[in-house]
Amino acid sequence: MRARWPALGLALLAGGVAAGEIGPSERRSGRDFMSAETRAMQADDNSNPGMLWVLQGEQLWSDPAGSKNLSCASCHGEATESMKGVAARYPAFDDASGKPIDLAGRIARCRTERQGAEIPAREGDELVALTTYVAHQSRGLPVAPPADERLAPARAEGRRLFETRMGQLDLACASCHDDNWQGRLGGSAVTQAHPTGYPIYRLEWQAVGSLQRRMRGCMVGVRAEPFAYGSDAYVALEAYLMSRAAGMAMETPGVRP
Amino acid sequence: MTRALVNVPKTAKRGDVIDVRAMIAHPMETGYRMGPNGVPIPRDIITRFECLYDGEIVFAAEFFPAMSANPFISFSTVATASGTLTFRWTDDAGKVETATAEIAVS
Repeated sequence: MRARWPALGLALLAGGVAAGEIGPSERRSGRDFMSAETRAMQADDNSNPGMLWVLQGEQLWSDPAGSKNLSCASCHGEATESMKGVAARYPAFDDASGKPIDLAGRIARCRTERQGAEIPAREGDELVALTTYVAHQSRGLPVAPPADERLAPARAEGRRLFETRMGQLDLACASCHDDNWQGRLGGSAVTQAHPTGYPIYRLEWQAVGSLQRRMRGCMVGVRAEPFAYGSDAYVALEAYLMSRAAGMAMETPGVRP
Repeated sequence: MTRALVNVPKTAKRGDVIDVRAMIAHPMETGYRMGPNGVPIPRDIITRFECLYDGEIVFAAEFFPAMSANPFISFSTVATASGTLTFRWTDDAGKVETATAEIAVS
């Protein structure tokens, strides 16, 4: 039947993917899938190891850097005020480059162009700590993707990537995180892939890492070749995931198993 | 740069048992892992943790390679007098990182 009616087969498949999407009332943060112990670790700032990166980010925020000897605070003042809710709005459209940019990319840009510092490594401690510190200022606020029409193509592209099968295992993100989020994979909860707690302290990493690092882990898991850090594809995926999680509370720094 | 989080109650009554928690950012590299091209990653762990209450050791622990990165220690002690709790982590290279917290005992 599919061979005779390829168009119908495709339509059914597309319909199937749409049906797998998670309704607003069904959405759950990754935190809700964790053990009580890990939830308690995240809930208490004295036991949440992600707070070590927040602490480092707080110091970096006011440390002058680069050839212009400016700190983040020289322009932005107190992060607790100026950065409140900022992470909840990223990725945002960047006028200078004419494409969407994620929070880490924006901070890296600020460091090189405004402070005259070296380009910070994508998963390096400095950039991760600053991103965690900035995102921490949005904790408890709802994810609020901007209503910017220029972001629509990136969200559509992110969605396309999310639903594209890839790798030797031939799995799309949606195969697990839309269609089988109630299930378990190798003993671990699959979850719905809402990026509410990023950058997260992942127990497996024993460190804080970005959403892109987490997506890299999934891509390696399905034996696909991961995208490059900071690539448009990752930013598009981030844009889609954030729009998918609109209204959910930010948790940065989240703790995940 | 020391990245440590210590948690001590700000106030306590004399004789109270207080919960103390301390966490420090440290890779706790075991020395058993291989890096690229099979080159062993040198061991780099904290070997000793001490907590001093007004200069007197009230808690100490020896760490070994099985301890996770960013070690978290929780213990209790008795609030005896207002003063300073000093936390000391000593690593393989002999480098000492410290953090302090004040407690007011009534």
